[in-house]
Amino acid sequence: MIAAGSVPALRRGVRLSFDHVRETHVLLFPEGVLVPNATAAAVLELCDGARTVTAITAMLGKRFTGVREQDVLDVLARLGERRVVAWT
Amino acid sequence: MDVTPPLGLLAELTHRCPLHCPYCSNPVSLVSRDAELSTADWISVLSQARELGVLQVHLSGGEPLARADLPALVAHASSLGCYVNLVTSGLGLTSARLDDLVSRGLAHVQLSAQGATQERSDLLAGARAFDHKLAAAALVKASELPLSLNVVLHRRNHDQLAGIIELAERMGADRLELANTQYYGWALRNREALMPTPSQLAAAEPVVRAAVSRLRDTMEIVYVVADYHEPYPKPCMYGWGARQLTVAPDGTVLPCPAASAISTLSLSNVRDTPLAEIWYQSSSFNAYRGEDWMSEPCRTCDRRGVDFGGCRCQAFLLTGDAAATDPVCSRSPRREVVDLVLTRPPESDLVMRR
Repeated sequence: MIAAGSVPALRRGVRLSFDHVRETHVLLFPEGVLVPNATAAAVLELCDGARTVTAITAMLGKRFTGVREQDVLDVLARLGERRVVAWT
Repeated sequence: MDVTPPLGLLAELTHRCPLHCPYCSNPVSLVSRDAELSTADWISVLSQARELGVLQVHLSGGEPLARADLPALVAHASSLGCYVNLVTSGLGLTSARLDDLVSRGLAHVQLSAQGATQERSDLLAGARAFDHKLAAAALVKASELPLSLNVVLHRRNHDQLAGIIELAERMGADRLELANTQYYGWALRNREALMPTPSQLAAAEPVVRAAVSRLRDTMEIVYVVADYHEPYPKPCMYGWGARQLTVAPDGTVLPCPAASAISTLSLSNVRDTPLAEIWYQSSSFNAYRGEDWMSEPCRTCDRRGVDFGGCRCQAFLLTGDAAATDPVCSRSPRREVVDLVLTRPPESDLVMRR
């Protein structure tokens, strides 16, 4: 069960980078490319395999207003379904 | 129409290969070693590809390990920000070579297998390959790179499907591609010997479905159907000149890996034309983009945005007209050419790739 204390990380083989041709963040993985929206990219940049969802939410809260832990959890759950994020 | 940048480059570094697979989709007439692009040519192709928008680089062949400059090409593609995939038979992959490629930024290895057992695998590869593949898989796992196992399915190995899935599990593959043979290049010569039977395909379906469900959390399984047996064609390349381009060993740029088969197409080469010009302006890439080229029944078909009329290469190879509806389609007026193939008695002899 994914909860606020869970620790998300990019799944093995998944890389987050910035594409200067399309001027957007991209997720690269075996045989695929995904373009995360700005919110997902901001969350993914903080997934280092050590921070909990609570810690990520707190860090996002310093950059943006109105960040809710449930929203961060929802974003990460969707990325988990697409095999981009794994939980440790 | 609005043309967007390509996402992927299939870089066919060489046609040289230690295997002799009868289902090989490379052209019947291969590019010789002395006609291959130089290292400097490939460095330029990779730079141009990234500038054009390419994010995925598949270093393929033939066997890409046959190129001595592979480490330099991996390093360059990786330094540009591309996700670099090595598509290999596994033959020639040593611990030292893999460590070197990983240190230069290799991101993923796609390994081929021909069957579930050594005997069948080596028979179909026309070489002692199976043990090398087990060793290569173990090296990739030890390097912690993601591993895909790619197996082409046909009449001579469908019976081993469950064993192939077990092989992928034993190897610790993260992805398993089970692709029924596509009949291009050398494979077309062997079509009547490779064509799976309806009962083989029917037996495969529950085996794959059960494995997808059982291995959901550990291994992604991609199953490519046998299109001759289907009522609708495959959405080839997700549209012509839409997402990916292929550069052949001699620098010919192809909208689809099999497109050299379309003899009516005037193909461009990176030796004399910039890649961006080829992608956006060449007659070959614009020939079947969008929907303007379509005739009936595609032109008004409710599936034209789903399958893009099917495969242009298959349309050409089976009807002589690359702008025809893919004859695999049940709505094609030429579907009988596919049905005729399916009613033919199986050919017993496989002609090995040479």
